[in-house]
This record gives sequence, C-alpha cells and structure tokens, in this order.
Amino acid sequence: MKKYFFEVLITLKNGILDPQGLATQKVLRRLEYPIDNVKFGKLITFEIEAENDEAANKMAEEITYNSLINPVLENYELKLLEIKELEK
Amino acid sequence: MINAGIIVFPGSNCDRDAEFALRKAGFNTEYIWHDFKEIGKYDLIFIPGGFSYGDYLRAGALAKFSPVMKEIEKYVSKKQGFVLGICNGFQILTESGILPGALTKNKSLKFICKDVDIKVINKTCSFTKFVSKDILKIPIAHAEGNYYIDESEYIKLKRECRIAFEYVDNPNGSVGNIAGVYNENFAVLGMMPHPERNSVKTLGNGDGLEILLSIRRSIEDGKK
Repeated sequence: MKKYFFEVLITLKNGILDPQGLATQKVLRRLEYPIDNVKFGKLITFEIEAENDEAANKMAEEITYNSLINPVLENYELKLLEIKELEK
Repeated sequence: MINAGIIVFPGSNCDRDAEFALRKAGFNTEYIWHDFKEIGKYDLIFIPGGFSYGDYLRAGALAKFSPVMKEIEKYVSKKQGFVLGICNGFQILTESGILPGALTKNKSLKFICKDVDIKVINKTCSFTKFVSKDILKIPIAHAEGNYYIDESEYIKLKRECRIAFEYVDNPNGSVGNIAGVYNENFAVLGMMPHPERNSVKTLGNGDGLEILLSIRRSIEDGKK
C-alpha cells in the first residue's frame, strides 16, 4: 500500500458571480492598483491509501467530482503531489 | 390523515417552524433524523432550511450524502409522494441533482432577510393549483440564494413550465428572477422563500399557508 497526497484547486466557472473577488478588487482599486479579474477559489488537500497509482487517481477523481465540487458552478484541477511507501 | 416527514440534519433550524406550519395546514407531522431510512409512509417529505453541516464546503453539499437523501432519491424516482425543499432544503436538492441548477452567493454580497413578493408562475400542479392569489408575500433569509442555470437549461425549464415562482423584485441576482423550480414530474419543489415562516396572520398575512394547503388538498384528492 502507498499513501498518495493530492491537492485540488477549485475555481468558479466563467460567468459565475464571485462577490469575494469583486469586493476585494474594488478595495484594491481604491488603493490605486491597476488591478483586474480578482477571483477567489478553494484549495483542498487530502491523503488516500491505495494499491497503485491508477487506483489512487481514480479514487481522487471520484472524490473530487462527486463530493468536492459542484460541476454546475465550478472547475477543478487535481494534482498528485507526493507518493509515500507505507511500512508493512 | 396526511403524513408529512420533516428531515432534520445536523444544523437544520427551520424544522420547528415547518412542524408548526404543516400542522396548521392539517398535516400529521414527524421528524426524520437524517441517518434514518424509512420514509415510504409519508405523503410529503419536507426538507427545511438552516445550515446543514454548517454550510461547510458549499451550502447543501455535505447533506446530500446523508443516508436519508439516498432514500429520497428512490422516493422521487418511484413517485411515492411529494418533496418540498425550502432554502437550505432547495440547496440540498440542487446539490444532489434532484433539481437542476445551483444556488450561489447573492449578488449584493449580503445575507438578505426580508419579506418579498413572488409571482406564482405555474398554477396547474399540486403545489400551487389551490393557491388563490397570483402574488404571495413570503420571507427570504439567505446568503446563497442566487439561482444559476445555463441558458439552454433555463429555456428548457421555461418550456416545460417548471418555474414555480419568480421574484417580483429580484433580491439576489437569480437567473430569470427564479425563486422556485419543479422537477420533471412536478412532484418535487425547491424554493428559497420560506412559506412556513408566514403560515399564520400573526407572522405576516399567512400567504405561506396557501402553498401547504394546496399540497394537502392535492394529496387528499389523489387518495379519493
């Protein structure tokens, strides 16, 4: 068994209102930064145990798509950060 | 007797209001804890508002994995009865895919708590066919009530007459002023406004009771 460390970056799809981004952008503009397109997202990390890379990736993809994101509103990017061999 | 089951998640907070209003409308009510699975005997399942699982991840996103939600999916697909999801209940129904679209942050960036007027769009189905008025005054209380659906899905909803209510004065940025929608067979209604919070005159004008009474009468007619 190995331990897999994953990271998911979740962002709002184009056209979905991001009030946090807008509010922050407004304030930064008030501070006279020439800033545009401030957008908020979420970063979620998790660790799973699996037999091999394929099983781990499949499980991580499933967890992300079915539980962590709302496909109506959000895009995601799933990254495998690290693999650790588990001692027997 | 017409039986209504009120689902209680950790963090639900409109369950008592729902009980009060449903009893006013003549329902026999019982609470159903979210890890309970026996829901077949109820004529109506009421998913109340609140902050299930603290709204963590996204409003309604964690509640959809409670055991009772699997049963509700079966209940809906077997057409065993009606499901009414209010506010957080609506969010749970969209998150679980029982209703289309999604609810996202209010355009104003604020939590909005006030009475709003909503137009009854479709008066042919069980939830609204006995509603006497065309416009109802119903309270809203939400930060994530901005209903989003893409254009093609919106056109489909409109064509299929599945928009239940529209805001007269859009408070939150919802696409097409949508305040509530039906599923494909009009047995599931999700709406952001809280009819149970205006079920008697003391709480406003009692408009909310009209919806609950319409459901009860429809169920009674169905049983005759």
